Amino acid sequence: MKKLGDILLGKEPFSEHVMGNTAVVRAMVEAGTRVITSYPGSPTPEIASAIAGIHQDKRPFHFEFCVNEKVAVEVAYGAAVNGRPSVVFFKSVGLNVAADTFVQLNHMDIPGGMVVIIGDDPGAHSSQNEQDNRHIARMSYTPVFEPGSPSEVYSFFLAASAMAKKHRMAVLLRLTTHVCHGKERVSFSGWNNPEPDDTPIFRGEGGEYIPIGPNVARMKKRALDRLELASEYLSGSALQRLEDNSNSARGVITAGLPFYSLLDSISKAEGKPDILKLAMVYPIDENAVVEFLKAHKEVLVLEELDDFMEQTVKRIAYDHRIDVSILGKEKQENWIGEYTPDRVKRILAELWPDLIIPIPPVTSSLSVPPRSPQMCPGCGHRSAFHAIAKALKETDITVADIGCHTLGFLPPYEIGRLLMSMGASTGIGQGLSLFNDQRRIVTFLGDSTFFHAGMPGIVNAVFNKHQLTLIVMDNGTTAMTGHQDHPGSGSNFNGSTERIPVRNVLEGLGVKDITEVDTYNQKSLTEAVAKALDAPGFSVVIAKHPCMLKFTREQKRKPGYTPKHVRVNPDNCTLTRECIDDFACPSFMWKADEDEVSVNTDLCIGDGSCIQTCPSRAIEPESKKGESK
Amino acid sequence: MNIYMTGVGGQGIGLLSEVLLRALEHSGKTVRGVDTHGLAQRGGIVVSHIRTGEGEFPPLITPGEADIVLSLERHEALRATGTFLADGGTLAYYDAVWQPYSVRSGDAQEVTVEQIDEVCKSRSIKVLRVKRNDLPDPRMQNTALLNEILLNNVIPGLTREHLTEAYTDLLKGSALVQNLSLLN
Repeated sequence: MKKLGDILLGKEPFSEHVMGNTAVVRAMVEAGTRVITSYPGSPTPEIASAIAGIHQDKRPFHFEFCVNEKVAVEVAYGAAVNGRPSVVFFKSVGLNVAADTFVQLNHMDIPGGMVVIIGDDPGAHSSQNEQDNRHIARMSYTPVFEPGSPSEVYSFFLAASAMAKKHRMAVLLRLTTHVCHGKERVSFSGWNNPEPDDTPIFRGEGGEYIPIGPNVARMKKRALDRLELASEYLSGSALQRLEDNSNSARGVITAGLPFYSLLDSISKAEGKPDILKLAMVYPIDENAVVEFLKAHKEVLVLEELDDFMEQTVKRIAYDHRIDVSILGKEKQENWIGEYTPDRVKRILAELWPDLIIPIPPVTSSLSVPPRSPQMCPGCGHRSAFHAIAKALKETDITVADIGCHTLGFLPPYEIGRLLMSMGASTGIGQGLSLFNDQRRIVTFLGDSTFFHAGMPGIVNAVFNKHQLTLIVMDNGTTAMTGHQDHPGSGSNFNGSTERIPVRNVLEGLGVKDITEVDTYNQKSLTEAVAKALDAPGFSVVIAKHPCMLKFTREQKRKPGYTPKHVRVNPDNCTLTRECIDDFACPSFMWKADEDEVSVNTDLCIGDGSCIQTCPSRAIEPESKKGESK
Repeated sequence: MNIYMTGVGGQGIGLLSEVLLRALEHSGKTVRGVDTHGLAQRGGIVVSHIRTGEGEFPPLITPGEADIVLSLERHEALRATGTFLADGGTLAYYDAVWQPYSVRSGDAQEVTVEQIDEVCKSRSIKVLRVKRNDLPDPRMQNTALLNEILLNNVIPGLTREHLTEAYTDLLKGSALVQNLSLLN
């Protein structure tokens, strides 16, 4: 098979089996995108993985991971006002971080055009909420395209990009988790690698780009004018579909992945409803909706999360005095979760029981022990939590942040009992410390999050003289989202760069009490945290160890790699179970019927961080096997 | 046909599903699929859906409607049998045991092979259990499972040639040679 990079740059039309996140990169190539920016976050980081498949020298665009989503939008905007077609992508809640700049975009004249790709997460598979970002699109007067399959991701991006360029504006492409990760064979067009026009065309005479005073009203009018253009743009577009099943009684208005769930649900039904599948969910093609409402007695608006389209459809029916019954979010539970095929089947069966026979819920009497995500074998965070626990009192309040270390809230550690959003821990901790002399406050922050949104909270702690301890859980990478580099890594997406050490930043910010400890050195870490907690004012402990998942993967790729493990020496093991109950590395297995601890060699990486935790000294490197008897 | 794959993050579900998806395409079918990415991959449950069919359909399988469940881990084999596998379907699993925390802590019982057999018998589910002691690398358990699926004709129309072609699409060098040597 050809390499992904060669496929994505193919000159001739071709087809390939790809996920949505890959299809969109080919669309960017075909659209002549010059600048792409991002901050990693599920479900979108595989867009960058596809970009990485194209050799840096061959990329027809510049790509970078920025320190956060706001900066990413700003870099893309700066490029676009200078004439470069640009794209920025990130996860759902990333739009909150970017919002301050994002909401301004369509007040501006953006000659290059911008596409903002957002990975919304109905079902909250990997996000702290399932926010419906169509709302912020309305607030910022930004049109939204919503594809439901990899083929649509490709074609809708091309439409969004063309519209952004033509009307010199920003357009949102709203993906959802299973659209990003869905895989199918997609047909792509050819690409003739045109020479880009890189003339820096920015002009800003007469305060054109300065949203101050009377300019703001003029800018807002421009944003509203463009929205009207957006709805005109779509009428007659092949992207919007009408499935005519000759049913004058029932119709469904839907979009995105719920459309395909609907097709699946009614595949065997008699008397299928007509379906209006919208490509643009904001603004809505009003003429198409009017015609559709007029042609049916009853219309269901089928949409994930909030009643966003439903409100507009009801408003349209009212304005046009259309006598139609409109069904939507009849129950609160339908605001929550993903509209998977079974979910849509249940919703339809309830509304139209003659159309679909209700599926009995899968009732399983099986009880299988639950399994949550957990820190990997050898993870430096596990050593850190194990050591930190020894320095904590029952009354201490621990605040987590976003990242792999969030998993510390799970048993047996149960450290980090509040979680909010990127970089929020230190600020929340400062509030917890007020009027509180009894309970000590410990906050946590990952290293990528430190650079993303962690620094302002730290500055506030110094500035306002708060009493708390921050532990920076430094693993040298953005681990949770797939090991992207950050400013402390020493390299960026495109090559090596000067490392910005967390410690130097802290010193520069005026933090006086800083200790740096490798987490595998558990005794020192316990002492450092105990000391920091006793110190007056704001103290920071940098608990560092490289991400062992990343490290082990790199080792395995090297020639001559031999797996390493530890083993439990049965002669020494006194069944204290500290390795299972307190350290809790998943490599340790418990044989209940034999009262025995053993090591799962499929999992163990032989890092040895567990050896120091056994009071009976029963854990030893497997290589010692021969010597022990 | 609906194939639901499951296992624990780190076991190689991603490669298993990508190989199978491509092999099914090589066999001439229209295939769609979707995998778990992100947070769950850190030692949690990882699943992958593969569907073949005609025309337009979503990649997600409805619970209780999988014709085949493939699992790389024993607990997850039983879990998916309870949630996704249809009565009369087929469960093929590699019998690795990665104990969930509650089993390690002694709060829950480890799932047994007999338990799986009993559940499947009561629901007319065919069971294929795979376990080998000769694998050079635990990361090849997925290929060992695919080989048994092939030998037992679990997926009608899927041949060794289709799988070989799929592996050749995805791997190279010694990884390709090692995996192909397991297909016999």
